[in-house]
Parts: sequence; structure tokens; C-alpha cells
Amino acid sequence: MKDMIEIRWHGRGGQGAKTAALLLTDVVFQTGKYVQGFPEYGPERMGAPITAYNRISDREIRVHSNIYEPDYVIVVDSSLLHVADVLAGLKEDGALIINTEDSEEEVRRQLGGYQGRLYMVDAKKISLATLGKYFPNTPMLAAAVKITGVMDEAEFLSAMEESFQHKFAKKPEVIEGNMKALRMTLESIQ
Amino acid sequence: MGKKDRMSGNEAVANALRQINPDVMPAFPITPSTEIPQFMATFAANGLIDTEFIPVESEHSSMSASIGAEAAGARTVTATSSCGLAFMWEELFIAASNRLPLALTLVNRALSGPININCDHSDSMGARDAGWIQLYAETNQEAYDNMIMAYRIAEHKDVRLPIMICQDGFITSHAVMNIEVLEDDVVKKFVGEYTPDDYLLNKERPMAVGPYAVSGFYMEAKRQQAEALRNVKRVALEVAAEYEQISGRKYGLFEEYRMEDAEYAVVIIGSAAGTAKDAVDRLRDKGIKAGVIKIRFFRPFPAAEITAALKNVKAVAVMDRCEGFSDHGGPLGADTISAMYQANLNAYAVNYIYGLGGRDVKVESILEVFAALQEIVSTGKVGETYRYLGLRDRKDA
Amino acid sequence: MNEFSKLNETTPWQELTEGMKIFTGGNSRDFNTGEWTTIKPVVNEEKCRHCLICTPVCPDSAIPVTESRRGTIDYAHCKGCGICAKACPFGAIEMKPVKPAEKR
Repeated sequence: MKDMIEIRWHGRGGQGAKTAALLLTDVVFQTGKYVQGFPEYGPERMGAPITAYNRISDREIRVHSNIYEPDYVIVVDSSLLHVADVLAGLKEDGALIINTEDSEEEVRRQLGGYQGRLYMVDAKKISLATLGKYFPNTPMLAAAVKITGVMDEAEFLSAMEESFQHKFAKKPEVIEGNMKALRMTLESIQ
Repeated sequence: MGKKDRMSGNEAVANALRQINPDVMPAFPITPSTEIPQFMATFAANGLIDTEFIPVESEHSSMSASIGAEAAGARTVTATSSCGLAFMWEELFIAASNRLPLALTLVNRALSGPININCDHSDSMGARDAGWIQLYAETNQEAYDNMIMAYRIAEHKDVRLPIMICQDGFITSHAVMNIEVLEDDVVKKFVGEYTPDDYLLNKERPMAVGPYAVSGFYMEAKRQQAEALRNVKRVALEVAAEYEQISGRKYGLFEEYRMEDAEYAVVIIGSAAGTAKDAVDRLRDKGIKAGVIKIRFFRPFPAAEITAALKNVKAVAVMDRCEGFSDHGGPLGADTISAMYQANLNAYAVNYIYGLGGRDVKVESILEVFAALQEIVSTGKVGETYRYLGLRDRKDA
Repeated sequence: MNEFSKLNETTPWQELTEGMKIFTGGNSRDFNTGEWTTIKPVVNEEKCRHCLICTPVCPDSAIPVTESRRGTIDYAHCKGCGICAKACPFGAIEMKPVKPAEKR
């Protein structure tokens, strides 16, 4: 692993991009690494484009700025491609992870002919199949873990199960669906 | 010694307060400090603390109720940010002059206007002359540690002054990071029970708080208050030494980072100090002797100690996350540079205004400052000493 | 010790009470505010029926009551406002000038 992995999340207010960034912070913490997860706050409301960030390192993280040259960019809502410059500063050997139903060709076209590493996750299909509702952040979190390789998949699943049991103590019926969403995403990525 | 965890700065302070279990918390919500009273109200509702949580109708009232509760003999805390602190204005002076050791956990945010919810230090800097102890944090860990040490300093018999525990809005308050928290019983034992000598609910010894003082008394009253603030330096170091025993973390009045042989130094407050440390490491790798002084206590201002740490540097940049509107620089610049003059230091000194309203501070931003210091030393020309960092300026300006 | 007595305009700052707190209850008695007045209420004992209306209206609690009867007006604290004279239903209280010689 590099000295530090930097991730930038693009989402829309209310979709859970910030929550996904904080969940990633949570699970990566359990590996003993140093981690930072923070949203960029403005006057945003439901539906407005938002940005969140993660830094992951084996060493103490002291820098407190936003991330301008990310190793990974995660786009939780593909409609943002028309609004935000999601590729801004993305490292040449970095990767873009996007939630989309479109073909690779179409996504690359929308990204202005982007030739770099690209991972596509159909979070809608996975979410509807496993949860019956559209919550893109669970599949996108799994995709982030798999593609960045910041932690072991089995370790990730057991940490998430524990976290879901805590979070959904009063709604245990949704735990299985969320776990299925994570597994399905992990399997869908080559 | 403690337990490794991860939490935001707000959560860290709220957890320190849960462990301290203060008697009373009057509060009114304001971004970005809202989560702190929110956590505390939840802790109280769930029976984790027996703090009397008072949802008041304004910050003027939260500070008034805090003063009343503290004078009555209750260990009291409140939380606020930005305009909330401004609305407490007159009450801040009353808390200090009445020598009431209450705590205010402040999440720094710019003052209006233009309206802005992001971090700068204009709120607490505006209250710097109110007679409160002010301490600042670089990280969630420091915010937590400062909160636990706060009452021990404020309630000390040689001090008895209110204390403001500050952290950077959003940058630390809403960023989840690694932290090491102490066990509940360790904190409880360290902080101890609050047993004031005199308090309004003591019927054995009636007292009046906040008397009118005519000109024949007022100056002596103020001088006495200033003495209490002066005592903070000694008490804070004693408390820090004891805290090191239980936490393993060492604290001073300020932190010196790679200052031993530094030729160029940045004096800075809050989260940007961490970013500055990364900048210093990069410069040191290139053989440039750079260092950082991170202010922890701004009130009292450790003038002599800071100038001792700066005595061998060639150039200093004092960083203010607050416009002072003196047409001369910001408050940290004014205090630091006048202290340097009194200590007969020969170093070049400039004062930067930076990071206003959440303007991001990058490692590159700080490198730019160090480059400017090198330029000053190599040319012997200081130029404008009142500068802005990261400002969009017209090309021909 | 009556710490209040330590507070006066010769007290050095080191010896003031902390935060100027005052630890003596009811110390307004120690101030001879009656000295401020230029007129004072004088009771005509023949007209007074001891109805006691004057006592509660006095802002300075300077008209005492003993065994259901009005006592002697406390001139050390009466500021001469005249409310008692206005309130008396029997015209038993008259406001009279205070001669300089009467002042201490």
C-alpha cells in the first residue's frame, strides 16, 4: 500500500455519500490504520452536489486540507458527471468508481473520453434486488473497499455485520439485505 | 493506557463531557457546535449522565443560565459557535469578573457577514479580552484532552476563571479520525468532584455575587482578575503533567515542532498546525530548517515562553485565522510581534491572515509562507508585513 | 471575620474578596443612607391610629412595627421620599426640612 490513500466522494445531499465516507472510516479504523473521513460543508440541501473525503494511512494523519489529487474518486450519482468535474486532480494511476446503469463506452464518453481506470457499479440494481429500495451508499462502500484494497474482504464483511447489528438493532430484518448488497457488489467487481 | 477509537471532534468533546458528568448544561444550538448539546441531551435522556440539561431560548440565556448555575455551586458547561458566542458577549465578561469557573466548548466558526458557517477564529478572537482562559486544539484528540483538563485548570483555587475550549468548526468538529479515549473511571477520578468554597446555595455562608463597584474599587477588581489569569500558566502545566501520567500525552502552553534549530518559523493556531507540520517535514527533507509553534493557550498569552522558543530564528510568520481590522494585522500577530520586541528579538516578522470563512489551507499554502520567509532573509527586505494567504488578487494589483 | 469590613477604598487589590463577592447578608444596614435626605417625615402621634399602612409602602423599610404598633421612624435609612406621608389616611405624617445641624 502507498503511504497514504486519498479518496474523494461525489454525491447529492441525502444520498448517503457522506455516510458512506464515514462508514468507510469506521471499518478501516478496525484494521488498526489511521483514517480520516470528512464532508465538505456548504449551504447544501437535499439533492445538491456534495463532496466528502477519506484519507487512509499507516502513519498518523496530520494534514487537514481537502483532497485535490485523489487516488480514487467515487461518484455515487452519475447525473453529477454533467455538473461536477469529478476527474479534477485524479492521479494518473488512480481510478474512478461510478454508480451507473450505462455502458462503459457511454460513461467514458460522458467523461470526455477518459482513458484511465474505471469501475462501474450498478448500485441501483443491487440495492433494489437486496433491499427492495434504492440506497446507493451500501454498494458503493463495498466497491470502495474492494477496489482500493484497503482491507481484507472477509474482515470488511464481519466488521459491517457487527456495525449493522448495532445500527439496526431495532430493525434486524434489514441487516440481511444490507449484507447481501455488500456481497453482491464485491462479487460483481472484477 | 486508553482505548483506541474513532470519532469526530464534536463526538470527542461530548464524550469527554459524558465522562465528566457536569451538573448543569444550558445550551442553544448553532452550527457547527449543535451536535455537542445534542449528544449531551441524548446522554441525559438515556440516563448516562445526571446533568440537568436546560434548553434555553438564546445564547444570551445559555450563558446567563450558566453563570447562575455556576454561582449556585454547580459544575456547568455550555457550547456554542460564531454568532452564538457574539450573542453571549456581555455575559462573558460577567462570568469572568465574578470568577466563575464554568466551561464553554466552542466550535470555531466565522462571524457574519457575509454569512458563513465554516471555520475561522473570528468568534473566539473577538472574545479574547473577556477575561476567559482560551485554549485551542489541532485535532479531535486535543479537543478531548483539553476538555478533560479544563475544569482542573479553571476550578483551581488560584485561578477560578471561566474556560473556553476551542476547536476548528467542521475541520475537526465533523471529521472522524482516530483517537485514544480514557476509561470513564480514570477521567472521573482525574477531574474529581466540584466542591466550591463559596456558592449561592450555601445557607451557612450567604454571599452576593456581581456587586456594583465604583471607580474606587473597579481597577483593583480588574487587577485581581488579571492575576488569576496569570496563574493559569503555572496551574495548566501542573495539570498537564498529571494528565500525562494517565494519558501518556504531553501538553505545554504551546507546542514546538522541529524548533530546536529552526531558522524559519510559523506561529499558528488550530487544525492548520497539522498541515504546517507536514509542510515542515517536506522542507526539512530538503535541508531547510523550518519549524512550527502551535499555540495551545492564547489566553493567557505565553509571551515570554514563545519568544524564548523563537530566539534563534531568522524569520517568523504569524498566522491569524481572523482579520483584526487594525489595518496592521490580526490578534495573534499583534501579541506575538509585540512580545518579540519586548524580548529584543532580531528576527524578521510578518503577519498573515489566512483561512477565513473555511478557506482551505493546503500543505502548499504553508510552503508558500516559508518560501516568503526565505526570500525575506535572503534579500533582507521585508516588504508588507500585513499579508493575506490564499487570496484571489487581481493580476495587476 | 466580617469580610465586608475589609472592603474599602484603601484596600489593596490583593486583599479584595475574590470577584468582589460580599459575604455579609443584610449589609445595607451599614450604610447611613438617611444622610442623603433634605426633608424627613415627622409623625403627629395624636393623629396616628396605628393602621400600619405607612410600613409596607416605605421603600427603605424604615418604619418598623412592634407588637402591632408603628415604631419610631429609622432616620438613618429614611431617604425622605414622602410616600408614607402621601399614603397616611389620617394626615398624621408631615414632611419637614432637615436642618444642616441635624446631620452628622
